[in-house]
Amino acid sequence: MDPVLIAHVREPNSFTLDFYLAHGGYEALKTALTKKPDEIIEMVKASGLRGRGGAGFPTGMKWQFVDKKSEPRYIVCNADESEPGTFKDHLLMERNPHLLVEGCAIGCYGIGAKIAYIYIRGEFYHVQSVLERAIDEAYAKGFLGRNILGSGFDCDVYVHRGAGAYEAGEETALLESLEGKRAQPRNKPPFPAVAGLYGKPSAVNNVETLCNVPVILSKGVEWYTSVGPEKNGGPKLYCVSGHVRNPGVFEASMSVTLRELVDGYAGGVRPGRTLKAVIPGGSSVPILLPDQLDIQASFDAIQKAGSLLGSAAIVVLDDTTCMVWLAQNLLHFYRHESCGKCTPCREGTDWLHKILQRIERGDGQLRDLDLLTGISNNIAGKTLCAFGDAAVTPVLTTLKHFRHEYEAHIRERRCTLPADWRARQPVGAH
Amino acid sequence: MSFHPEMAYDATFHKSARQLEEEGPAFGYTAENRARFEEIVKRYPPERRRSAVLPALYLAQHQQGYITANAIRHVAELLGITRADVEDVVSYYTMFYTKPVGRFVVNVCRTLSCAINGAERVTEAICTKLAVRPGETDASGTFTVLEVECLGACDRAPVVMVNDAWHENLQPEAAAKLIDDLRARGEAALSGCHHVVERRKDERTGD
Ligand SMILES: Cc1cc2nc3c(=O)[nH]c(=O)nc-3n(C[C@H](O)[C@H](O)[C@H](O)COP(=O)(O)O)c2cc1C
Ligand code: SF4
Ligand code: FES
Repeated sequence: MDPVLIAHVREPNSFTLDFYLAHGGYEALKTALTKKPDEIIEMVKASGLRGRGGAGFPTGMKWQFVDKKSEPRYIVCNADESEPGTFKDHLLMERNPHLLVEGCAIGCYGIGAKIAYIYIRGEFYHVQSVLERAIDEAYAKGFLGRNILGSGFDCDVYVHRGAGAYEAGEETALLESLEGKRAQPRNKPPFPAVAGLYGKPSAVNNVETLCNVPVILSKGVEWYTSVGPEKNGGPKLYCVSGHVRNPGVFEASMSVTLRELVDGYAGGVRPGRTLKAVIPGGSSVPILLPDQLDIQASFDAIQKAGSLLGSAAIVVLDDTTCMVWLAQNLLHFYRHESCGKCTPCREGTDWLHKILQRIERGDGQLRDLDLLTGISNNIAGKTLCAFGDAAVTPVLTTLKHFRHEYEAHIRERRCTLPADWRARQPVGAH
Repeated sequence: MSFHPEMAYDATFHKSARQLEEEGPAFGYTAENRARFEEIVKRYPPERRRSAVLPALYLAQHQQGYITANAIRHVAELLGITRADVEDVVSYYTMFYTKPVGRFVVNVCRTLSCAINGAERVTEAICTKLAVRPGETDASGTFTVLEVECLGACDRAPVVMVNDAWHENLQPEAAAKLIDDLRARGEAALSGCHHVVERRKDERTGD
């Protein structure tokens, strides 16, 4: 499959309106405005586009659920991109921002919204300035604003800057944050489609999801569904990082295998190293082992293999990696990012991190392993949002596949890898 | 007290912890920031001014360097919400500082992909150079070093964000030099540090 979403990102000025227009930009919006809003939703449904933010929920269905009886309605674009290992929305917004702007406008037209808010993480300030410039250009050329291209359709797009909170990526926490409150999730139902931003019907969509919408309109549903396996159609961005020679964002159909991504696109592990494990979908999904990589990197195939595609953040780990340290590193993240609303998650992530720290430094006991499992099982499924399940996954998955490493730490009262295993990693040598 | 027989309940940082901000000097937006604020508020429905609390706090932080109780009061008044509403937000989001920070806040990513690509050595190089530990401000008051979680550029690990500017694929030696450059040239040393995407491939040295 030839890249579509990031085909031109390495060309100079790919982020400008002139460049975008020279490559067929905003034609999809023109096409969309000749159709009825319902037809747009039908097209997105027929394309089978699944949300790229993590859960893989069909976007057309989400848009159909938006309550059309109540007004105003909103598109809220989730550009919080904070899942460790994920950096695809970053590239899209920085190098192809007009694609997102066009996607927002078409989305608004489809669900009958007049405003799209793009909630971008606070750290992406350099990206935000690119995006805001693109929005200004779009207004100046009449692709946003009043009576767009003479169609009578009005649409405003605003960028809203977050301020450092992973949990703001959870859709209802994002809405709370956008309303000027702490980024803590709401109870569901009601879902955002019924009562979202300001209690009004809203569609929360990931950046990459919205970027796929103009592609569906310009290339057609038939083309779109022909790319990749059934129910996993369309171009997909994969973020490969960690112990690989050539990390980066790669675009492929979901027929690509994990092995092709790791060994082909990303150049495999460094010379003299062997592959130890792969996290296929961001820090919160179960680990896959090297012999499990000959599967399609699709939502369904990875789920069947016992993990999740999540945000398509593929973190590659070679034989120099200590798995107890890895769990400890990720639990530091979850402990720090827990929003504090539910007790099991707020307290439990801190406990897990403390226990992992003490095992890693050689002060653990065998019964700590049961304690880890016990605490994890008291978090998973017992919290308001999916964060709880996500947070315990690094613990449970490393315990499942690498229990011997935990036991060795406890038995030998130290990390069994050379003490300087991280210090000896080549720095930025890729 | 503790909720778990095995685990101590201590008072380490948590987002749910209540923090009281310093009173600070009297605070009001400059005319320029006030005008900027009025522009931003228009993006939200008139009865939803509260939505502008994050941008309003960013303006205050840019003006004063950090958020004080007086700044909170000012923002609350302009938005028509209570001080507690604003305090709640300030204490939750990590990008607002409630204590004075250096002119340069050096944020080193510490999460998985960066950590296994040498981020710890970058932190060490910077901290040694400045004689501080992560979380501290150096003696001159110019630099604050923070360890932060995944910045969303893991393919260019290790990643360091200085104020709003990014440095990527940063070698420990280069990190130490960056501190010297910032001392010598100020903000000018930050320009152009974010790799230009067109060039990214060429700059990779391979193995
Ligand atoms: C803890 C947590 C963090 C999340 N972070 C993000 C994020 O950073 N970006 C994102 O697009 N979705 C994130 N999601 C998923 C969103 O809740 C939501 O499913 C998504 O924005 C829907 O968009 P989509 O249907 O286009 O994928 C997160 C979910 C959870 C539970
Ligand atoms: S599971 Fe964690 S992050 Fe989610 S609402 Fe509860 S405390 Fe917050
Ligand atoms: S782990 Fe450092 S940027 Fe993602």
